[in-house]
Amino acid sequence: MTELLITATLILVKLILIFAVVLSLAAYMVLAERKILGRMQLRYGPNRVGPFGLCQPLADVIKLLTKEDLVPARADRVMFLIAPGMASLIALLSFAVVPFSPPVTLFGREIPMVVCDLNIGLLYFLGLSSLAVYSIALGGWASNSKYALLGAIRGLAQLISYELSMGLAVVPVVLSAKSFSLTDIVLSQADWPNMVRHPVAFVIFMISVMAESKRTPFDLPEGENEIVAGYHTEYSGMRFGLFFVGEYINVIILGAMVTVLFLGGWHGPLLPPIVWFALKVLAVAFCFIWTRGTLPRLRYDQLMHFGWKFLIPVALANVLVTGAVMLAIGS
Amino acid sequence: MIASVVFYLLAAATLAATLLCITRTSPVHAVIYLVHAFFDLALIFYLFGAPLVAAWEMIIYAGAIMVLFLFIIMMLELAPGGKPLTVDRRRWIPVLLLSLVTLGCTVLLIVLDPAAAGSGAAFHASPREFGTALFDRYALAVQVVSFQLLFAAVGAYYVGKGEPRARGDNP
Repeated sequence: MTELLITATLILVKLILIFAVVLSLAAYMVLAERKILGRMQLRYGPNRVGPFGLCQPLADVIKLLTKEDLVPARADRVMFLIAPGMASLIALLSFAVVPFSPPVTLFGREIPMVVCDLNIGLLYFLGLSSLAVYSIALGGWASNSKYALLGAIRGLAQLISYELSMGLAVVPVVLSAKSFSLTDIVLSQADWPNMVRHPVAFVIFMISVMAESKRTPFDLPEGENEIVAGYHTEYSGMRFGLFFVGEYINVIILGAMVTVLFLGGWHGPLLPPIVWFALKVLAVAFCFIWTRGTLPRLRYDQLMHFGWKFLIPVALANVLVTGAVMLAIGS
Repeated sequence: MIASVVFYLLAAATLAATLLCITRTSPVHAVIYLVHAFFDLALIFYLFGAPLVAAWEMIIYAGAIMVLFLFIIMMLELAPGGKPLTVDRRRWIPVLLLSLVTLGCTVLLIVLDPAAAGSGAAFHASPREFGTALFDRYALAVQVVSFQLLFAAVGAYYVGKGEPRARGDNP
């Protein structure tokens, strides 16, 4: 019984830690994005609230919370109200399977640094990322507005298309790790990160992940110059904010997945493992922001053609070649 | 003990969600309840020691097929609060027949109780074991079934092809 209690407490402590770290990181991702984008466009970015604008996220939250929470007259009320929460919740759930560092020993107990080391961890992540569609689809549909509906339809089509190439890009990783468990995948990269062993898969995964996060150049579901703000046109106040919290949590979780699957997870010289992990995640997040500051938005037909006619065939060929090579060298 | 309590909770939730799914007049609400039912089913599979099946239930059914349903519903522009679907009374006959058959089979299963005869040990189908069974022992059957998908794809292509278009037209 005590054993069960200790395990439950440990899981609870890990969950609280993850919630605190991820949510505050998401808030500061917003600030980091505004600052970096500002510098890229030769301006300062927010720098008025607190030193270097560090209290800006707090001010944003106060602003969002005190704004009126509007629900359109002919909207589907319940769906409209729960959709933004789903966006954040589904993104948060994925952290359950991410291993942050090798197990640590505390008071003679070995504590794995992952909430739940599922043997289907990778599939759990893919499953949750395919559920992320629902928040956009329901939010857009429930608003009962043409722009929101158009954004939702675009979002649905985009996420379905790029999920396929994302799923295919991780096949070589699973082939070389011989496991779906994320801990095993990290352990299999002790010598070389998968980025070096499977460069094509890495590039495909990065592109698909950017499309999955619905950020520029793939932000068609909210393309401002065509459909106002897409699926969140009708949202205001904190519900509007929740969509964005979800987006930034998504950036962090996708950065963590790129780190675990392709950048070798916590492996690295000199620095402690957890620091390496954090550095790699932040580097991927920086790439997301950098891309947003550099590339224009794709056109809708370009997006679909690129996904279906280029990315998926290349990913399939990559799976075939990787399998053949691994058979040939007998690893 | 805990497992059976969780099982009955999940089973009740599955049945409730399915019932709500078939009684909603708004197609989007029906889809959401069905997704809920798939979710509960995935958890039940996980409880039974088949995590891979649980993951597939989530990825394929909840994450792909139902999303396509939702996509079609939205393409048809069925706004919330729109005209509810009317159901023809004659359509109840096949529904009732099918329900009776399923109910009969379920009652028969409960009465015979085949699980009690050869009490199978609790098992845990890891992804590796599952893959071996699927692509080694039953490889031929899996291939035959997957060919059906190919036929379906060819059929869909043929039906959806429509009139030949002039060259250079934007599709």
